[in-house]
Amino acid sequence: MNLHRVRHIVGNYVFVLPALLLFLIFSIYPFYKVFQLSITDWDGISPQLNYIGLANFIDLFTDNPVFWHSMRNAFYVTFLALTVQNFLALGLALLCDRDIKGGNVYRVIFYLPPVLSGIVVGLIWNWIYDGNYGLLNHFLAFIGLEDLSRAWLADSRTALIAVSIIHMWKGFGWGFVILLAGLQSIPRELYEAARVDGANAWVMFRHVTVPLMIPVFILVSILTILGTMQVFDIIIATTGGGPGYHTEVPITRIVSTMIGSSKFGYACAMGVVFGLILLAISMVQIKASKMMRQV
Amino acid sequence: MNTRSALSLTGTANEVNYERVKKLTVSVFVHAFLVLVSFSCLFPLWWAFASSLKTQQTVFTDLSFFPSQPQWQNYLTAWTKANFGLYFLNSLFYTVCVVVGVLLIASMAAYAFSRLQFPGKNVLFLVLISTMMIPIPGSFIALYVLLNKLGLVDTRLGYILPQINGGLALGIFLLKTFFDDLPKELEDSARIDGCGRFRVYWHIALPLARPALAVLAIFNILAVWNEYILAMLVLSAKQLMPLQRGLMVFQGAHITQYPLLMAGIVITILPVLAIYLMLQKHIIKGITAGAVKG
Repeated sequence: MNLHRVRHIVGNYVFVLPALLLFLIFSIYPFYKVFQLSITDWDGISPQLNYIGLANFIDLFTDNPVFWHSMRNAFYVTFLALTVQNFLALGLALLCDRDIKGGNVYRVIFYLPPVLSGIVVGLIWNWIYDGNYGLLNHFLAFIGLEDLSRAWLADSRTALIAVSIIHMWKGFGWGFVILLAGLQSIPRELYEAARVDGANAWVMFRHVTVPLMIPVFILVSILTILGTMQVFDIIIATTGGGPGYHTEVPITRIVSTMIGSSKFGYACAMGVVFGLILLAISMVQIKASKMMRQV
Repeated sequence: MNTRSALSLTGTANEVNYERVKKLTVSVFVHAFLVLVSFSCLFPLWWAFASSLKTQQTVFTDLSFFPSQPQWQNYLTAWTKANFGLYFLNSLFYTVCVVVGVLLIASMAAYAFSRLQFPGKNVLFLVLISTMMIPIPGSFIALYVLLNKLGLVDTRLGYILPQINGGLALGIFLLKTFFDDLPKELEDSARIDGCGRFRVYWHIALPLARPALAVLAIFNILAVWNEYILAMLVLSAKQLMPLQRGLMVFQGAHITQYPLLMAGIVITILPVLAIYLMLQKHIIKGITAGAVKG
């Protein structure tokens, strides 16, 4: 009887065993390993780990302006994504939420860039921004503004904004789809009731749409921040972080510290700090959303 | 009296007209804006396609939307000489392996978490799911170190296994919620008929979960097809590279061969485009359901 019961439970474990094994090997172990390596000066080859305490972290905080510059760049792109990209997405969602003809066609088109890879999108835009043959310069010449033309991605004054525009072009359709779904889940009766009470479009937006959409806004913002801060593919396919360090982001720094300079331990410390920053941002957001819901 | 009623009639007719004109104007502006945004989405893709059909000489000067002499042989060159055929088959192989792996392993685990009893079940589930929420941007370093130790760097398996693992958390979460909502009666009657756990899962639960499995498959197909960073770290042999990596290698070596690069891009996009257009309803439903629930 007892043996039978044990066999039964073991049999149940078999169902989760493959998942558990993969998870232990490829999630838990690397997670632990990042922390362990972050307090070593490991170069990726030497057989022994040389523990150096918090030296990597101290260096990172006191003597690595490039990393913090890359962080600033990521915040810059994230700020633009949170404002320009998400407001565009919200505006388009509001327009498509009305019963307009072809709403579904627009939705299919807007969500097309998000299903493409960052590499493909970056390589296509490379050519739009090209200094010699780029479409953008052709267009500027066409409307008589050739004075403005330049190699958009190689010019230190425009590289970061050019990369941000690519990122937003790829991302707005995603926010649009989620915001539109949120809008469509608002019961129509609420609008009808407000209309009967004499509310105009702005009042309805302010007092019906916005309060009900707050959870969706929070979700879209958190995912926008986490996604944009970790941007990598678009950068690597366009500028590779250049010119100089003008478009470096944390992930490109981590990768070049690891592969380029073989400072694996140091790269892990960067990963830990960056991960904690991301965690802190999302905690603040979640906390803020809870406070807003109580008000 | 006649004149008065006639007057008021024209009055309301004017008002109706005014309302209609206003509505029409607004709608024209709305559509103009939406069409403009749509154009900005589609134009770069069309331009890549048009450029893929131009020659090395004309590609920089010919600004036509469709070249007068389309060079379809560019695709043959890209497929054979530029290795995009090889990269394509690699991508296909990786995608099939990862998707099958994720569906199988995630559905088994999800079924156990939903239906079977074993000690530590809830804790285990929470730990699995929490990795979905915690960002660990440095973990690819440790993953690389691990694959190196296991001798899996520059092997197909080393590229596939971490990606199967990467799809598990979302997969288990999605499928467990789906199994939780399924009525248990069918499974109970099968069990009374003497079916074992595994046969109930395989013959009863799994076929019922087809809609959820389809959504999960689509997401993983897109994720694997578009994956880059792991391919960059793990794969350095050309014979093993998927399309995204191949595109970067090609652009690194032949930066000026735009028509071939664009042909490679079109080859990379086409399967995604086909899947997207066929299944866009499921895709959009999937991301919104996931987002609104989560």
